[in-house]
Amino acid sequence: MTATVTRPMRRGTTVRESWLVVVARNSVAIAVAVIFLAPFVFVFLLSFMTSDQALTANLWPATWHPENFLDIFRKFPMFDYLVNTVVYVVLATGFMLLSSVPAAYALAKLRWRGGNAVFIVIICMMMLPPQVVTVPLYLMWANAGLTGTLWPLILPMLAGDAFSIFLLRQFLLTIPDSIVDAARIDGCGEWQVLLQVVVPMARPGIAATAIFQFFYAWNDYYGPLLYTSEDQSNWTLSIALSQFKHLHHVEWNLVMAATLLVMAPVIIVFFLAQKAFVQGVTLTGVKG
Amino acid sequence: MAPAGVGIVVFFAYPLLAAIYFSFTRFDLLTSPEWVGLKNYVYLFAHDPLAHKAAWNTLWFVVVLVPARMVAALLTAMLLTSLRRGGGFFRTVFYLPALAPPVAATIAFVFLFNPATGPVNGVLSWFGIDGPLWFDSPDWSKPSLVLLGTWAVGDLMVIFLAALLDVPKPLYEAASLDGANPWQRFRFVTLPALSPVLLFAAVTGVIQTLQYFTQAAVAASVASGSATTGGGISSTFGYPEESTLTYPLHLYVQGFRYYDMGYANALAVVLFVVAFGVTLILLRRFRAFAGGRL
Repeated sequence: MTATVTRPMRRGTTVRESWLVVVARNSVAIAVAVIFLAPFVFVFLLSFMTSDQALTANLWPATWHPENFLDIFRKFPMFDYLVNTVVYVVLATGFMLLSSVPAAYALAKLRWRGGNAVFIVIICMMMLPPQVVTVPLYLMWANAGLTGTLWPLILPMLAGDAFSIFLLRQFLLTIPDSIVDAARIDGCGEWQVLLQVVVPMARPGIAATAIFQFFYAWNDYYGPLLYTSEDQSNWTLSIALSQFKHLHHVEWNLVMAATLLVMAPVIIVFFLAQKAFVQGVTLTGVKG
Repeated sequence: MAPAGVGIVVFFAYPLLAAIYFSFTRFDLLTSPEWVGLKNYVYLFAHDPLAHKAAWNTLWFVVVLVPARMVAALLTAMLLTSLRRGGGFFRTVFYLPALAPPVAATIAFVFLFNPATGPVNGVLSWFGIDGPLWFDSPDWSKPSLVLLGTWAVGDLMVIFLAALLDVPKPLYEAASLDGANPWQRFRFVTLPALSPVLLFAAVTGVIQTLQYFTQAAVAASVASGSATTGGGISSTFGYPEESTLTYPLHLYVQGFRYYDMGYANALAVVLFVVAFGVTLILLRRFRAFAGGRL
């Protein structure tokens, strides 16, 4: 593998190779790709089967049943779960941006006493397992009468999200200080600098952070389990999906249709915003 | 910055201190905390076999899952750099599983590895191999979850890929001129260049694995055939035979199934101490981590 990495020169690429040669040269990559894709393909095929066929080892739908995707909405309150999830995702992402962008700006572009200490605390918040503070937080929300709902997961976003602040800060550091200083010399206040200079320049970073938050809330299982597991009407899709089989016996075809439905938005958003997203993933790693 | 300041106090500093205080008390949702001194900790360390089992399960994941993911990420990233064409296509394909929502991915895997009807054992039987019970076997449930984690390795792979592309090409050329074989070039050029990224990945991997919850919970919930009649969602956690009961799951069950809030906080404080110790390693490498400034 490394041999090809280090090959100092490319051999003539102008000669058109037959596709067989291309396949042979990339055989390892193709094999790995097949393994990575197989689970998606199986979920897809299963979701079109009858419930009887889904219980067999048969892998190709004998007859195709796209109505399975309607059945999960007809037979179960999937639509309610979808609405709950969308409310959680949209409000959490919106609130996070309102609070975390200014916080990240303060950490990246303002010099103030205690700034470093606050940043260290934010890294600790990001790193520590959420389970550590779960019980006191739960009691707090129980006192406020909000357990059983998704508000305990949405409202804290108004105070900022540690991971988002961290990621936005890393993006904002790439904006040259000279630009910020120039805006200040031109008489901009800090809010003006932030809204009219920094935010437009940081748009890809803000987009990536928003996508991360969207994925986080969409995928979140621990939060909704903690706060809504007793109140089925407030379940999100992830909780409903995890309980689907128990509530509705073994209709694997419908379970798989619901699984595909939960996967789809994430994958669609990824393809729409791939560039910003990959840049964001890379920034979460340390620069070598 | 002000809201973030409020956030730090209300959602972090206060609950952390409260957790420490509560860990010395006994109470449930209806009674108020009653001071019991070190009783919860004595119970945790000396008398709770489930806590030891849960700690062992989590340690198992730290020791197996983290290296497995790192090796898979490094191999796939190196495979991508070796491609002469189609790198973008394969990068997307390799990355895709990392996008699958954990609950959905876990359900898909439980089905794929279903001992009777799942395609994995079907394929194994072509080769005359009698596949194991996977998520239904106490011996195989954790390895099955490792396979799931290794499948969804794309996030780590993208980070390693960026680091690999940053390794200066002349280093490889110089090594080749000195007669280094591929293994030596990997061992003496690639690995040292990647070491900060590898360290970062190892530490964050350990921290993530200490909170390993969703996949273990959902796998247990879906694989256990029995319908949950009463007992709530958490009644299936650990299936089969507590083999997937990770430490955070145990904490959750103690706190929110048995409402043993004081004891759950003692478990939380121990988790905090361990996780903080690992985080300190990261903070010591702060300069690299924070991107230069500071």
